[in-house]
Amino acid sequence: MSRRIWDFHGGIHPPQNKKQSSETSIRRAGLPEQLIVPLQQHIGAPGKPCVAVGDRVRKGQMLARANGFVSLPVHAPTSGTVQAIEPRPIQHPSGMDALCVVITPDGEDTWIEHSGVSDYSALDKKEILHRIREAGIAGMGGAGFPSVVKLGVKPDQKIQTLILNAVECEPYITADDRLMRERADEIVQGLQIIGHLITPDEILIGIEDNKPHAIEAMNRATQETDIEVVVVPTKYPSGGEKQLIRMLTGKEVRSGGIPADVGVVCHNTGTAYAIKRAIMDGEPLISRITTLTGDYVADKGNYEVLLGTPVGWLLQQAGVKATDLHRLIMGGPMMGFAVHNMAVPVVKTTNCLLVPTLEEFPDPAAEQPCIRCGTCAQACPVNLLPQQLYWFAKTKEFDKAAHFNLADCIECGACSYVCPSNIPLVQYYRFAKGEIRTQQQEQAKADHARQRFEARQARLAREEEEKERKRQERAKAAAAKQAQKKAAPAEKPAPTAAITGGDDLAKLQTAAASTMKRYKEAQKALATAEKNGTDNLEALQKKVAQLKEKADQAKAAFTSAKSAQAEDAAPPAATKEDPLAALKQASADDFAAYKAAEQALQEAQANNGADTQALQQRVIELKAKSDASKAAMKAARARQKEEIQQQNAASDPVKAAKMEVAKQQVLLKKATKALQAAKDSDAGATDALQENVSAAEQALQAAEHALKKVEEEHA
Amino acid sequence: MALLSVTSPHIHKPGNTGGFMRQVLYATLPGLFMLTYFFGFGTLINVVIASAVAMGCEALILKVRNKPIAFYLNDYSAVVTAVLLALAIPPTAPWWLTVIGCAFAIVVAKHLYGGLGMNPFNPAMVGYVLLLISFPKEMTTWLPAAGLDNSVNVPGVFESLRLTFLGTNPDALSGATPLDTFKTYAGQPEVLDSNAILHGTFAGYGWEWVNIAFLLGGVYLIWKKIITWHIPAGMLLSIFLLSGFFNTAVDADNYPSIMHHLLSGGTMLGAFFIATDPVTAATSNRGKIIYGFLIGLLTYVIRTWGGYPDAVAFSVLLMNLAAPTLDYYTQPRTYGHRQPNKGLAKPD
Repeated sequence: MSRRIWDFHGGIHPPQNKKQSSETSIRRAGLPEQLIVPLQQHIGAPGKPCVAVGDRVRKGQMLARANGFVSLPVHAPTSGTVQAIEPRPIQHPSGMDALCVVITPDGEDTWIEHSGVSDYSALDKKEILHRIREAGIAGMGGAGFPSVVKLGVKPDQKIQTLILNAVECEPYITADDRLMRERADEIVQGLQIIGHLITPDEILIGIEDNKPHAIEAMNRATQETDIEVVVVPTKYPSGGEKQLIRMLTGKEVRSGGIPADVGVVCHNTGTAYAIKRAIMDGEPLISRITTLTGDYVADKGNYEVLLGTPVGWLLQQAGVKATDLHRLIMGGPMMGFAVHNMAVPVVKTTNCLLVPTLEEFPDPAAEQPCIRCGTCAQACPVNLLPQQLYWFAKTKEFDKAAHFNLADCIECGACSYVCPSNIPLVQYYRFAKGEIRTQQQEQAKADHARQRFEARQARLAREEEEKERKRQERAKAAAAKQAQKKAAPAEKPAPTAAITGGDDLAKLQTAAASTMKRYKEAQKALATAEKNGTDNLEALQKKVAQLKEKADQAKAAFTSAKSAQAEDAAPPAATKEDPLAALKQASADDFAAYKAAEQALQEAQANNGADTQALQQRVIELKAKSDASKAAMKAARARQKEEIQQQNAASDPVKAAKMEVAKQQVLLKKATKALQAAKDSDAGATDALQENVSAAEQALQAAEHALKKVEEEHA
Repeated sequence: MALLSVTSPHIHKPGNTGGFMRQVLYATLPGLFMLTYFFGFGTLINVVIASAVAMGCEALILKVRNKPIAFYLNDYSAVVTAVLLALAIPPTAPWWLTVIGCAFAIVVAKHLYGGLGMNPFNPAMVGYVLLLISFPKEMTTWLPAAGLDNSVNVPGVFESLRLTFLGTNPDALSGATPLDTFKTYAGQPEVLDSNAILHGTFAGYGWEWVNIAFLLGGVYLIWKKIITWHIPAGMLLSIFLLSGFFNTAVDADNYPSIMHHLLSGGTMLGAFFIATDPVTAATSNRGKIIYGFLIGLLTYVIRTWGGYPDAVAFSVLLMNLAAPTLDYYTQPRTYGHRQPNKGLAKPD
């Protein structure tokens, strides 16, 4: 049967160079002296280490747990000792180090206990997903997205097509090709597990027509199944997920969307194989097939490599002399990354190590001016106008670049490959994308700040409005009262005393201020004297004390006169507030005085002043005064509260009774607590306290009784 | 050991701008051959003079602009400009005509705008239009095509050199082009019918083969993927439609045939070599079709109702102005998008 294959725009046909590595079977790479296992070999958060330095680990033992939904664990590739957990060089575009678990193998390669299930359909789907996550399986085609995230289908989503991406369109790489030729059955089993999880209408395997042996092997392995092998014409980048989906289904993944949005899920050949091993054999992902190729490699071919194997060691095994390398690429020639350090380890996404000679990969030619020939536009697989994007990136017109859909660029490199002017176009796009990302982040921050500012302005305006409204209400009420007063003739004439009182008050205020001033001056004089070490300190101190007393008296006289006047003049409603406020003020003043004295004392002590004793005395006095005024204030406050409560009680007996109950409860609690404390500290007076408690209990009962009664009455 | 640290892709299709431009030069050979066959060695001499002047001017300006001279001369873009201009200049043109046109094209039209890739107008056509406006007599004096008038021999190498460098009495040799002839005698069917120059195998005598040769060269360029079919197709289509309509539906005596338009003057040279100059043309595929179509339309309009017998140069320059705007409004539909974007930036 033939199936329609859609075409995608553009694409290129670079030399394949696959024969060098595709004709030998997969070999085991062996055990290096050290394995460096990065905690992050996938897209998402790095794993959290769960072993410590010095621990003995066995093959397959978890070294780090997944740290979040988009995160994966990593496992020990062999048995041995954890030598270090530290930052090591890894393959990173910026050449940064990352946290790795370093293992020294013991050479025994002893497995941790593990077992698979042959009948996975008996397992709960959640359990299968859990096992896939715990096996640390990431997409092995290159991006390394945690596979389990792609496998968890949302309940409202229907997947029509499951595609196994076996295209392997990059030149040089043959890892999937060899895997299919040699282990087709296991790949198909893995694919069936995926099919079991997402229940698609059809399962397709897409393979490029340059791999006839793999096609044959997969056809044989799928004979008894309803899986269909679909051969697609060789054209780079047909192995790009979006391009393959287009070729096999004619659907396009919406810009910014994921394949599942159009009912398609894609998985890589290596991933399907790893899933089979995880579920049916119980083995986590600890090794992968990597192509070693390029003219510097003597034994070109595919190797089964333990994850964490240092690249330099691996290349030596394949006959590379470490001294004469020109460049080293992890991945393919079109999208691979240049490796900067031979110590970086092989990770879950390392499908190829390419070590070309200078003749094979000449140094990039000098960049010539763009002549807008449009060859790039003809090659672009997502139908962009690469030369326009280049101009916009070069002139930093990022808004225009974004408008010309820069975000849809898949960085396949086809445009750079064909550019006759040798312009490294993809680098320009990466630069522009990075700049746009930065701008967007800054924009988001600015927006956030603006929103916060606006919210604050709105809140302030609201509060102001509220205040204004209240003010107007009060004014209205006052006007009404005024009108009432006018309506009823005044009962007593306005007190003339208030006026004379006002005069007195002014006098008192002046007196208080002047004594205060004199006191301050004396204090200053004392301070300078202390500094200079003059003799007549004592006399000065005395004077200060006297003046202080005077000042206090004057102030007290003024305050009392003032409050008296206020009591006279203020409307009755205000009188209630005032004593408390005065007490509060007094308490605060006393406290401030106490603190000031304390500070003075400390200073004196620090300076070894002679009169520390006098100062100490004063501090004690002031503290007592402050405590007293505080207590007075508290008492007044409690009184006031009680008054209010009583008033309320008068208006609502139920409430009052309830309050009484609450009060008694609090008292009882207090008493019990005191008793307990006394018991704990073995104090003698527990009997009296016991009595207190029982009294409180009785009081509470009485209060509750009263409440019941009142409630009944009011029911 | 220092590993080369570059980002992907790590491989590149062999070739550079120089190779690209050389393909264009190769593609002009059939047309150059036909011009030489019908009009003597004048065009070949023009090509040599123009190339030398262009290289000299390019080197001079690069030196002034403090740019690597060999690196830029190797891209052959100056030679392409020179050759295209030389192909458009009459074979009888005096040497200074070629020098002025070529120097102006390279210095003013190309480098004063920033050099390769930055010039908004096609340099060869700027040079051509400058000459056409400044020296109309020299620029419209053609020879009778070989075989048309047996009393006139096609000039040989020495005769052509003499014409170019020493000058001569053009009247003795001059002959009109088919476009000129039709324009002069439009509306006079007897004259048109009896004029041999208008009745070659398909169209105007001699010129039809020159145009077919350029068409062949153009097909080679498309095959080599140096140009795409969009601009030539658009341009030839509009000329085809307009000439077909006016010739058949309006008046055959005033409006010449489709073939006359397609295979006369600079039609094929313009469609495949001039209008397709990538630097100054539209770049999106849809934009290119519209761009070509409008060049054809302008060419027909100016040829038919304007003051000049041919109009490819004017049409191309006018459409050069419109190319950026066309590009903004003819973006392709990117994968995963329902609609192509339009204009320069999204409205907020």
